[in-house]
Amino acid sequence: MVDVAIQPNSVARAGGARKRTSLRTALKRRSTAAFLMTLPLILLISVLVLYPAFYSLYLATLNKSMQRFVGLGNFEFLFKRDTFWLVVKQSCIFAISAVVFKALIGFIVAHFVHNIPAKGQRKWRGMLLVPWVIPPAMSTLAWLWLFDPSYSAFNYTLAFFGIGPIPWTGDANWARFTVILVNIWYGAPFFMIMYLASLKSVPDQLYEAAAIDGANWWQRIWYVTLPMMRNIIAITTLFSLIVTFANFDIVRILTAGGPLDYTHIFATWAFRVGIEGSDIPLGASVSLFMVPILAVAAIFILRDVNKRGNEA
Amino acid sequence: MADVTLRKVIKRYDEVEAVRGIDLDIADHEFVVLVGPSGCGKSTTLRMIAGLEDITGGDIMIGGDVVNDVPPKDRDIAMVFQNYALYPHMTVAENMSFGLRLKHYPKAEIKSRVTEAARMLDITDLIDRKPKQLSGGQRQRVAMGRAIVRNPKVFLFDEPLSNLDAKLRVQMRIEIKKVHQKVRTTTVYVTHDQVEAMTLADRVVVMNHGRIEQIGTPNDLYHNPATRFVAGFIGSPAMNFLPCRLEEAGGGLNIRLTDRLAFPLPPARAARYRNVPRDEKLLLGIRPEHITEAKQHKESGVETFDTVLDVTEPMGMETLIYFMLDGVEVCGRVNPNAGARDGGPLRLAVDLNNMHLLNEGTGVVL
Amino acid sequence: MTSTIVIDKAAPTRKVKYGSMSRDRTWALRWSYFFLTLFAIFSLVPPIYMLITSLKGSAEISAATNPWWVFHPTLSNYIELLTSNQYLRFFLNSAMVSIFVVTITMLISVPAAFALARMRFWGSATLATGVFLTYLIPDSLLFIPLFKMFAVIGDWTGIQLINRWYVLLFIYPTLTVPFCTWIMIGYFASIPKELDEAAIIDGASWFQTLTRIFIPVALPGLIAATIFAFTVSWAQFLYPLVFTTSTDQQVLPVGIITTLIKGDVFNWGQIMTGALLGAAPPLIIYAFLMDYYIAGLTAGATKG
Repeated sequence: MVDVAIQPNSVARAGGARKRTSLRTALKRRSTAAFLMTLPLILLISVLVLYPAFYSLYLATLNKSMQRFVGLGNFEFLFKRDTFWLVVKQSCIFAISAVVFKALIGFIVAHFVHNIPAKGQRKWRGMLLVPWVIPPAMSTLAWLWLFDPSYSAFNYTLAFFGIGPIPWTGDANWARFTVILVNIWYGAPFFMIMYLASLKSVPDQLYEAAAIDGANWWQRIWYVTLPMMRNIIAITTLFSLIVTFANFDIVRILTAGGPLDYTHIFATWAFRVGIEGSDIPLGASVSLFMVPILAVAAIFILRDVNKRGNEA
Repeated sequence: MADVTLRKVIKRYDEVEAVRGIDLDIADHEFVVLVGPSGCGKSTTLRMIAGLEDITGGDIMIGGDVVNDVPPKDRDIAMVFQNYALYPHMTVAENMSFGLRLKHYPKAEIKSRVTEAARMLDITDLIDRKPKQLSGGQRQRVAMGRAIVRNPKVFLFDEPLSNLDAKLRVQMRIEIKKVHQKVRTTTVYVTHDQVEAMTLADRVVVMNHGRIEQIGTPNDLYHNPATRFVAGFIGSPAMNFLPCRLEEAGGGLNIRLTDRLAFPLPPARAARYRNVPRDEKLLLGIRPEHITEAKQHKESGVETFDTVLDVTEPMGMETLIYFMLDGVEVCGRVNPNAGARDGGPLRLAVDLNNMHLLNEGTGVVL
Repeated sequence: MTSTIVIDKAAPTRKVKYGSMSRDRTWALRWSYFFLTLFAIFSLVPPIYMLITSLKGSAEISAATNPWWVFHPTLSNYIELLTSNQYLRFFLNSAMVSIFVVTITMLISVPAAFALARMRFWGSATLATGVFLTYLIPDSLLFIPLFKMFAVIGDWTGIQLINRWYVLLFIYPTLTVPFCTWIMIGYFASIPKELDEAAIIDGASWFQTLTRIFIPVALPGLIAATIFAFTVSWAQFLYPLVFTTSTDQQVLPVGIITTLIKGDVFNWGQIMTGALLGAAPPLIIYAFLMDYYIAGLTAGATKG
């Protein structure tokens, strides 16, 4: 029988004087425990993310040797430089075109993977995600080698078709192309995986209903798939815009901003000016220019995430 | 084992009062069921007994001790949840022994308790499986096993059978009753299903809008409901309510349903309603089981009338009939071979010995 | 005689192509495989090319023979690198930094995620959104002020902070902690509340609930977060480039680039070998734990 002899659990004798505040202190204890558990996180973010962000605002107002306060002097200086506007233009074109292609390719490839029987999907997914797994610094080295002026494997192959050697990293426009291409190569798998997961969550019955209603494959995508995936598409695109916009590794390794600054973007130019040129305030000013653009994107993301939260 | 007492217990969420002053005495070893529609406050009350919700006002006592500020783990209670709440990464044995392991009970003790509970619930061969390998009914048994091994003062059940299909529900009801017979722990059981309440409880507490409507044994509630709510809630199909008036007739009282339909009241009833004002708008409460086909010989207090049926529902052992009386749909239960047909006429008998008279405005049974 | 026309009302009014469903399906499949193969080739060309080049001696490379084929495969590059103290130093630094950062990240993220997911306290919702937002502040914005900050603190305290690998232990978590916390919040939040309550009634304290219930149940999330933190740490380029300048302090990505590219002479055989070996740990983890990898990725957006 279950009535085994055991010490009866003792409940604290409650006299009439037991106050309700003891429950309140218990609650408070939970609050303080929770606070303590998030404290390292809060410290990390405030000290190493938020503070530096504001500190860079301060830094941008100093002169090169950081002795004097020059207010907006650095910004004025930048506005007058052609290179600066070149960097702004290039950053935007680079980010937007890369993201558009990444999203498009990711979407298309996701569809193909979704079409094949489930058993095979895993190994195709595995192969297609490899670019994202390899550290970008390493894979960009491979691309650098593939684009090498003297030994480019691509030029070797193109020579068979009679196409003359292409100065992949030597010519401004080709250099821009390579930078965007490598970025697409690296980032499309991310979109593919996201979209694939989202595709799987669209109920089959919607497609069946659309087919019965007479929709062809294009209409099914437009009227069923895309609306169901709207949120994921919005979020991944905005995420990627921010990350691509702030990208450093690929440009730095592939072209180092060249030739002649024609592939510099904010991150690499800030590095050139701030660290290599030992002008920290100027570098900070360059970096800061990313903020308004990132802020706008962040607002859009927040709005979308909230909207999704309300819909859910 | 212990008794549980609730004194003027109130629960307020911001401005909403979910529980508005509950007084309840549960005796040791008793099986009490809190029943009522969604939102009536029964689950909230249970959770306050468990300590999962704070008490806004009043006192709750377990075994004579006020436990308002005592955390759940020190109240010596065990709870069975609607969704079983089994730990998915632990085996059945580990699930059942988790509480004991936390309190550092000796291993031998734990093993013997778990084996005993498993035997009682017939889950011994499942002891090494994980929850996801179990069916709904098996999971619910494990949840009960987890409660049993703790040997607590009170068992708390929060709608444990709601997630099971109808057939399984019937089986598990019997299991729960058997367990209670063996273990005899004080039990507080919450459900919205009045059939569960009637079959399991020693006493039933009917709740509505945060208040107790009536407390009583299942029989009490069935035969002597105190309010319209209880009268309509207990019993399935539900009691019929027909507008009516009392009128003098000869030496006794008649109850008039429509212009053409009036019945004399049996003497016991007439005596009881002696002081009710005549011509006041009242409700006649009569259960479907007391509206049957007219029998051969007349019994005292049973009156007959003719009607045309709307719909019949043959249930096998009886047929439910539905007909209209002055714009109100009425339900009755007749013998399957009484000749009830959709749209056909039938002579019915109403047993006024079991009638109830209600004041429409206050909902109180007279 | 008039011929009677029998109208068959049951016949379809459109000309239906029988068997078109399965034929369409086969064609769709063929096209799918075709394009998938194209994309797979596109994806795998760089790593395969790395492998091919790594097996070539420098003689073969400068001879400019067919770059897509190895005529005289040799392991000399591998041997040279794996016996080079410098390269091993890079590998070791990367490993140390990554492992420490992963540990630090999980120690910060898991309790924070638990508190944010489960314990409702004042400001928890804002904090959760705030965590999400900081993930959007890129390293290319912070590297300059952080550099200056650490230089300044180094001067004040006399502790050498610039050009030391352990400084990265402070900085990398800014990249890993926000996202890992976000992942864990998602996983913790998906655990049904009744499990907490059952644990409370069974007598568990908050800490016991975390360690004995939440962590085991959310283990896939933990693994995904760990993999994410490791991969991000291992692949970092900008921060180590800024903070470590001498070769004994550098981690793999930076080390390969700064040492193997000496002036105008690029020793491509070794560079590719170095890069391939450097890409190996994430690739190996990926090969064995691919599902957790992907779960980590998708957790961020879908659960966020």
